[in-house]
Parts: sequence; structure tokens; C-alpha cells
Amino acid sequence: MDLSALYTQIILEHSRSTRNKRQLTCATCKERGHNPSCGDDITIELQLEDGRVVDAAFTGVGCAISQASTSMMIDLIKGKTTGEVAQLTDTFLAMIRQELDNDSSLKNLGEAVALKGISQMPARVKCAVLAWHTLQEAIKTGA
Amino acid sequence: MGFSVHEIRQDFPALAQSVHGKPLIYLDNAATTQRPVQVLEAIERYNHFANANPHRGVHYLGTEATRAYEQARERVARFINAGSRKEVIFTRNATEALNLVAFAFGLAQVKAGDEIVLCISEHHSNLVPWQQIARLTGAKLKYLYLDEEFCLTHKEIQAKITDTTKIVAIAQMSNVLGTIYPVREIAGWAHSQGAVVVVDAAQSIPHQVVDVQALDADFLVFSGHKIYGPMGIGVLYGREELLREMPPYQFGGDMIEYVEEESSTFAPLPQKFEAGTPNVEGAVGLAAALDYVESIGLKQIAEHERNLTAYALEELRKLRWVRVHGPLDMAQRGPVISFEIEGCHPHDVATILDTYGVAVRAGHHCAQPLMNYLKIPASSRVSFALYNTKEEVDVFLESILNVRKWLGYGS
Ligand SMILES: Cc1ncc(COP(=O)(O)O)c(C=O)c1O
Ligand SMILES: [Zn+2]
Repeated sequence: MDLSALYTQIILEHSRSTRNKRQLTCATCKERGHNPSCGDDITIELQLEDGRVVDAAFTGVGCAISQASTSMMIDLIKGKTTGEVAQLTDTFLAMIRQELDNDSSLKNLGEAVALKGISQMPARVKCAVLAWHTLQEAIKTGA
Repeated sequence: MGFSVHEIRQDFPALAQSVHGKPLIYLDNAATTQRPVQVLEAIERYNHFANANPHRGVHYLGTEATRAYEQARERVARFINAGSRKEVIFTRNATEALNLVAFAFGLAQVKAGDEIVLCISEHHSNLVPWQQIARLTGAKLKYLYLDEEFCLTHKEIQAKITDTTKIVAIAQMSNVLGTIYPVREIAGWAHSQGAVVVVDAAQSIPHQVVDVQALDADFLVFSGHKIYGPMGIGVLYGREELLREMPPYQFGGDMIEYVEEESSTFAPLPQKFEAGTPNVEGAVGLAAALDYVESIGLKQIAEHERNLTAYALEELRKLRWVRVHGPLDMAQRGPVISFEIEGCHPHDVATILDTYGVAVRAGHHCAQPLMNYLKIPASSRVSFALYNTKEEVDVFLESILNVRKWLGYGS
């Protein structure tokens, strides 16, 4: 296991960044997700308008991986349609589960590709996917 | 005979391995302990020469299995100074033993308006079953809270345990804080108020002499796997007159006397509480583990672990970015240390330490009410056993400096 592939500059930066960490004033949906086993606990808020993510943010606490993953995801989904978000979610989860047939779709994930190494660390997979599963729930309830 | 940790380590094959290219430093003993060859060989011998259903077979192996199983029961009874072997029930683990007490004793005895008193640091296994009993009976749960030193005061004990208290269920040692609670004092006071005392000895049993009579415990539970024995075997001790009055917990083979089409009568103690084919190899392994611990001596083990704990605590306190959750007074605690590293989430701490070969626990340690009470989402935890060394503590301490570096802090 190579820590330098895990705690990269970009992941550490995102894990400490407060840029996406706030409450939305006009949230249309909101979902809390947590990993009971490790205490990661995040709440994602979305402002959906006409099937598009106009704004997104999160609050909560957790490990560097869960916090970075959430922050990167929010950067990625802002401005996207819910259809595009669903596709990104599938790509991200497939990357973590090592189920991607070809790597060409990875480019769509932007900085979140930095979490690819998590697929080698079963104990931390939950931390990386928490944000994305929570996002799926948020969109489901908001739709 | 002197205590030689280096000789002891030879008994534990699991300790000789490397993980991620580093020698394994196993500091997660509060979760489960490794097993000595003496235990592994006892299990193997049983499987080679005596495997059969106890209490049923007329044939040679059946008799051997019965003998092995009942000898293990005697061994446990002696270890905890039970009044008789009938007071020792084998279960799968501490959790099942606590459920047995809650559902066979609690459900029948607790009435609406009664109170069940727990400590806020209880493991979920000694908390969730009582929540269920409270819900089913209309009883009320009350918690003992801790002072700034993470200890229980006499005042708190006497204020919370009153004549409306029916059951007091408390761990002898916290699996998060390391605090050792004054169980004997609690039992004395609880009995004066007419309450029954359930002691969770899952954490204390490998570190100190546990004497059910000296403690005046009505029930006491522990798991084999936390005292160098196998998983899948646990113990419920109960005072004979209480066990005798209790209805069975599970029904089926082995726990009956006569079965007719419409009704049955139940076997006497302890079989009444052991439905179905038991885990004989587990019981045999547990007995071997207790032999092993006694051959080394609990006093010697406790002293060795106390030295490691005092040293680790002292060194951790020198690091201004480390916060310890638990008593600093060695007289109040056992060899479990929970800590937080400023700016570093426990999950990341555990992942990074793992790459240095150091196994620690991170999370809420199955004690979410305690974590809420302390207002922390999670903590990291090291816990020592008889085979840990000062050198291992040093590697752990060096490695936590690296945790800070990996996560982008100067020191
Ligand atoms: C204090 C305490 N009680 C109960 C348990 C439950 O033990 P088991 O999972 O073996 O049933 C544990 C295990 O972590 C514990 O630390
Ligand atoms: Zn996590």
C-alpha cells in the first residue's frame, strides 16, 4: 500500500478546503449520509432547477478521504444535469469497484480520479463512496 | 519465575509475521487478542481425538467430548471463582451472554416504571439489549455520567442507583477510555437498594483477577477471544438461585428433560441455557487460554501492561497535538488508550499506522452514546496485551509523528 498515492497534495487540499463547506440558502434537497463504522458524517445540499444542479454544498465531519471525495464531487456536479450527474456517479463507483471496462470515461471525473487508488484499500472504500451514495439519495428524494 | 516478554512472544505465531513489509505490531488487543500455540494445539488435539456431540453420544468419542466440555466449564468456574459449575453457561460471546440475561432475566423481572442503570461508556452490547427491555417493559433507562477524569464518583453512583433501580449493568473496564469502574462498590450500593448487578467483564478479564464472589456480581459475562482464546465462545456467570428461577432463553435439543407432544420440561442448570450442539472446541480452547494466563500469572501480566500503558501515556502527553480520552491516573485505568491527533481523523491515523505495521483501532468503538457525550465523532485507540513490548510502543510513537507528516503537518 502506497501512502503517497493516497494522501496526495490534491486530496489533502480538498480535505481541508472550506470552499464547498457551507449551507445553501435555497436548497431544494438535502441528504445526510454516514459511515457508522468510522464516524464519517456528511450532509449534502443541492439546489436543483429544471433538472440541473445550480448549486451544491456540504457540511459535516469525517476522514480526509471522505471529506476530499465530497469536496471534489461537488466541484464536479455543479452546473450538470441530473442525467449527467447519474452518469458521473456510475463512473466513479465503477472506478472504485474496479469495474471500468475502459479508462476513457475517467477523464470526466476531473480531480476525483485522484481517488482511484482507494480501490486497492477495501477498508477505506466506504469513505470514498459515501458522498456519491448520499448524492444519489439526495437526487432521488428531490426528484 | 520471571516474566520474559520475549519468551512469551515465541508462543504467539501470529506475532511473527510482517504486514506491508514491516514487522506486525499488534495494538488492537481490546478488539481481540492473538492466540498462543497452547490454545491452538488444545483445539487441534480435541479435533483429532475427541470430536463428537457432548451429552448425547454413548460411544467413546461422545464421552470424551462431554469430558472435555465439562472440564472446560470447571476451568472457567475456577478462574472466576464461581460457587459451582452450574453457574457457568457457555455462549457464543459476551454479547450473547448479555442478551441472555436481558431477555431471560430482565424481561421477566422488570416492570413498567422500574429503572435500569447503565454507564454512559457502555459498549453497545451492554446497552442495546437493555434499551429493548426498557422498550418492551416500559422501564426507564438511566445513565451514570463521568467526571472530568473520566471516572464515576460515589455521588453519581448513589444519586442514580435508587430503590426504583431493578438492574445495574456496567462494564468493569471501558473499552474506549480504559477506566476501571468500582464494580464492587457499585454492587454493594446496588444490592442495598434491591437491584441486581450485571458485570460486563469483556475488557477486564485479561488484565486483572476477576472474582465473581469478591465482586458480589449477580451476573458476569466475557468473551473467550479477548483473553487469548478462540472466537465463538463466551461465558455467562449467574448466581445459581437467579439462574434457577429464569425461564430458558432458547429452546431445542440439549436443554430439555422430557418432551411430549404438547409440552416439555427443561434440563437442570447449566444445560437449561445451552440449547443445541455447543462449541466444544471453543470451550476447550478457552480453557487452554485460561491455563495459559494463569501459568504466567495475572499479577505479572497486569504489571507488564501497566508499565507499557504508563510509558505510552507519558510520551503521548508530551505531544501538544495529541489529546488522550481517559484517566491519566494509572490507579483508575487499564491498558487501553484512546486518543485524538489534532487535524487528523482517526480513520486516516489507522490507515497510515497500518502501513508502518502498527495495528490500531479507529472509530466509535461500539460506544456511540459515549462519543456523543464526549462530543467527539471518533477516536483512535491502542490497547496492550501481555506480549507487547516497550520497543513496539516506541515504533508506535515514532509512527504517529509520520501520521502528521503524511497529512501535511510539520510536526
Ligand atoms: C466492554 C465490552 N463489552 C462487550 C463486548 C462485546 O464482545 P463480543 O463482540 O465478543 O460479544 C466488547 C467487545 O468489544 C467490549 O469491549
Ligand atoms: Zn472514513
